[in-house]
Amino acid sequence: MGSALGQKPWEPLIRLFLLACAVVSIATTAGIILVLVTEAATFFREVSPLEFFFTTSWDPLLRNEFGVLPLICGTLLVAGGALLIAVPMGLGTAILMSEYLPNWMRQIAKPILEILAGIPTVVYGYFALVFITPQIIQRLFPSAAPFNGASAAIVVGIMIIPTIASLCDDSFRAVPNRLREAGYALAATRLEVSTRIVLPASTSGVIAACLLGLGRAIGETMAVSMAAGITPKLTLNPLVPIQTMTSFIVQVRGGDAAQGTTAYRALFAVGLTLFAITLITNLVSHRVLRRFREVYE
Amino acid sequence: MNPPELLPRPTLRVDTNDSSPRPESAPEDAPIRVCDFSLAYGTFQAIKQVSLTIPAREVTAIIGPSGCGKSTLLRSMNRMNDFVSTVRTEGEILYRNVNIYANDCDPVELRRRVGMVFQRPNPFPKSIFKNVAWGARINGYRGNLNELVEESLQKAALWDEVKDKLHQNALTLSGGQQQRLCIARSIALQPEVLLMDEPCSALDPIATSRIEDLIDQLKSQYTVVLVTHNMQQAARVSDRTVFMLMGELVEVDRTSVIFTKPKEQRTQDYISGRFG
Repeated sequence: MGSALGQKPWEPLIRLFLLACAVVSIATTAGIILVLVTEAATFFREVSPLEFFFTTSWDPLLRNEFGVLPLICGTLLVAGGALLIAVPMGLGTAILMSEYLPNWMRQIAKPILEILAGIPTVVYGYFALVFITPQIIQRLFPSAAPFNGASAAIVVGIMIIPTIASLCDDSFRAVPNRLREAGYALAATRLEVSTRIVLPASTSGVIAACLLGLGRAIGETMAVSMAAGITPKLTLNPLVPIQTMTSFIVQVRGGDAAQGTTAYRALFAVGLTLFAITLITNLVSHRVLRRFREVYE
Repeated sequence: MNPPELLPRPTLRVDTNDSSPRPESAPEDAPIRVCDFSLAYGTFQAIKQVSLTIPAREVTAIIGPSGCGKSTLLRSMNRMNDFVSTVRTEGEILYRNVNIYANDCDPVELRRRVGMVFQRPNPFPKSIFKNVAWGARINGYRGNLNELVEESLQKAALWDEVKDKLHQNALTLSGGQQQRLCIARSIALQPEVLLMDEPCSALDPIATSRIEDLIDQLKSQYTVVLVTHNMQQAARVSDRTVFMLMGELVEVDRTSVIFTKPKEQRTQDYISGRFG
């Protein structure tokens, strides 16, 4: 404590500064929501929400068709495929790091893994375009188009492996060692301890990690636009070009739509939809989490 | 170091009719023999050339001041020290004449027969039933799990208290109940030896006395090795007492002898409370 009982003179200033930091991010969020909602409201006065959510053709620039389903479908296809790849690989990596590797190897492996998360997404997009599509997908499926959903899903999956692995590793590490000891003392193997003690005890952390990965996959723009193309199409076929919500937003922002037009405002409607999807995933996962997690105290 | 006749067999075999109590444990009936065993954590020598025989169906207590290596020795008996990466061992520990530190000894197989109960109760954050059934399940138990759980809980003197709430989370139990649950969980694997590492140190006196009664019952079927910092506890429940000091085994004898007329001055000093 200070020399007297009183506060140091700069204490209130520090407090004020920290408050300002917090306010900036809250205000930004509020501002974003405000802009999204007002612009989207204008859009929905011009295009009915029924048309927007329930028709299946998206061509806002040329034919004024505003059925958002192909974009949602594209986003879900890419994000779902990415999770399909990233969750098993991320979990496997995390189990390896926290349960199998000696500590010194983990301390080398983890930063290397985190470097993967720092590679610019354009590089991943290029990687998908010049390697994954021609060298892997088109070899396996010669009919695949140069732009396709599968390559985007794979590359986004690879992108989010470090996020999932690193966060899962942290939550595995938080499981108290006495639970592991209990398992080993009951003649469990390393794999049994990993999958039947550590994994269930860190369900909440694992789900949180997957959600963060999902969030990144849904929000990923650059790599997806480069790999999957910009052809909105309502399909589950991963071998044809598609468009996701985010790649539509960059396409329009890239100058294809003049400010003030309906097509321009469609951007905000799509943004709001994206925001709603993320919000719903979060809410649902909170429910799931509360039901399934094992609390160890 | 390794006399040829002690070379390990590839698998551990225990004669399964072992569970009926025998009137007198013959001196050669010793499930565990520690032979000139040393263990170091990095450069710290925690156990120095200890030799010790653990007779069947008796309670052997290991006492000594903190840091004397008693827990380390106990954990060496089912290779729970494997998880410390800097551990080095010398000498042998034989379980049923198999050197458990031999390369071809599978520690998982060993721990099926040499169970362990820890200092702090550590039930899994699962139901009481699942806690008891867990070990049996992963080890491919084919019998009736309900019966096994009931029998194990009964042997651990916990059945009457939990029979109506088997599917409640184990963490809702009191500390003493949790520790008896952990004992039940170990028993469910039908081990031959139970290692107990200060099982009462986190418990109140009433819970402690229940566990002590339980240990007394358990020795009719199991060989118990008990590490304790509590000399009264060793005197109350054990048949034989081992006194360790700074990694060395100072003296081992019948408990009554250790506590009345020990041969070693250092034992005398410790039990009379002059240090430790």
